[in-house]
Amino acid sequence: MVSRRAFVAGVATSVGLTLTGCTQTDPPTYGNVLRMADLLTYKAHRLLLPAHSLAREYDSGDISSVAAIGTTNPADPNKSWFNKEHGPTYDRLLANRFADWRLIVEGSVARPRTFSLAELQRMPARTQITRHTCEEGWSAIAQWTGVPLRNVLQAVGTLQTARFVQFHAYDNYADGIDMLDALHPQTILAYGMNGRDLPISHGAPLRARVETQLGYKSLKFLRRIVVTDHFEELGNIRNGWSWYAGI
Amino acid sequence: MCGRVFHPAWVRICHWLVVASYLTLAVSGFLILMVHPRLYLGEVGNDLTPALLTLPISNNHRPNELQRTVVFLEFPGRPFSADRNYPTFNKNGWARSLHFLGGWVFVVVGIVYVATGIATRHIERDLLPLKFISSSARPAYKFRQKLAYTGVVFIVLPVMIAAGLTMSPAMTSAFPVLLDVFGGYQSARTVHFLGFVALLLFFVVHVAMVIATGFREQLRGMTWRK
Repeated sequence: MVSRRAFVAGVATSVGLTLTGCTQTDPPTYGNVLRMADLLTYKAHRLLLPAHSLAREYDSGDISSVAAIGTTNPADPNKSWFNKEHGPTYDRLLANRFADWRLIVEGSVARPRTFSLAELQRMPARTQITRHTCEEGWSAIAQWTGVPLRNVLQAVGTLQTARFVQFHAYDNYADGIDMLDALHPQTILAYGMNGRDLPISHGAPLRARVETQLGYKSLKFLRRIVVTDHFEELGNIRNGWSWYAGI
Repeated sequence: MCGRVFHPAWVRICHWLVVASYLTLAVSGFLILMVHPRLYLGEVGNDLTPALLTLPISNNHRPNELQRTVVFLEFPGRPFSADRNYPTFNKNGWARSLHFLGGWVFVVVGIVYVATGIATRHIERDLLPLKFISSSARPAYKFRQKLAYTGVVFIVLPVMIAAGLTMSPAMTSAFPVLLDVFGGYQSARTVHFLGFVALLLFFVVHVAMVIATGFREQLRGMTWRK
């Protein structure tokens, strides 16, 4: 447990940083009053909660129906998050069953590189049956299989200065998490769902699973991962959504 | 709330901060509920599973408008997936942040109130429905009134906070016992809603009683009367 003094100092720091707005390294960067509360929640969680406690895992009998919302196919130009550059690329990759798909991993890493789906599938896998908790209020339980993000980060050699991991998708979604959640054992890059290949509507060929935060942090249709030293506003964060969704 | 009431300054300040954060929490919470106006028991609940209660407060649930389905498991009647083929109401981007802003104010004021209330024996003398402790005759509350205040402060609000925390994936990872206490994420969400209803009832009755016992007099007693 942290001391009361440390907690008070942490709270004071978060509030102070937000008020002065000098936060190139601290999320979120824009200092309105709602963001202050979000930042306070983030700081309080990081200060008071144990670092890598596991989200509950369930039995295969608990697997439930699950709605597919947001983008359900990045190649569909009628979807509101369609990206003119990457949407058609996704269509081509899909036609070849993702044989030519590559995940780019770059940024504050010693050995930036790309990964094919087969390469990711050859890495140590983790299978977990967890609850997807949507910010809308619904929930669903599914089984996810993938490679822990920490293994991918190890393979590229994350630099000492790295603090955040960004996810970029084949639609216009982009978001990120801090290094603590990135190294969480249950934070995986999933290519399997309920024992099958990940369906298109749930993010084929690869999606993030961030089990310690709300569903919108588990980005689908991954294209690129960027490790950064500083916080950057991406995607829906710019529309006012809380960056930290551990809630 | 009978006769000339007197409340110490710290009670008055806490009262109005609680009013502000309560109204913020109630309105933003209702907006959040409108995005998925269905309640369930257990861990799981979504548009594809049956609800305990569907509230007619938004047009977001339309079970007959699913685009297509993907059956995940081989045996019939088992879990499936479907896309949503209609636009939904969703103001959660700011509504949830506002809910947490209200929540932080509420929790901080609540801690100050209970701590000061214990230190000054305000809770013991004026609030708890204990017949053997004679009231200090300042706000000489009736028994049922004490029961209502005590119930809200020491039962409804702590349950609300715990149920709210159970909706946090980070919290339930750190304290999985929360899921056992409430019987799952969706059960906690339903309890949180029932707490909202209870607090709304308390709010309505409280304001009605203030009006019935002399609105101006009561309001002055909770504001600037010396």
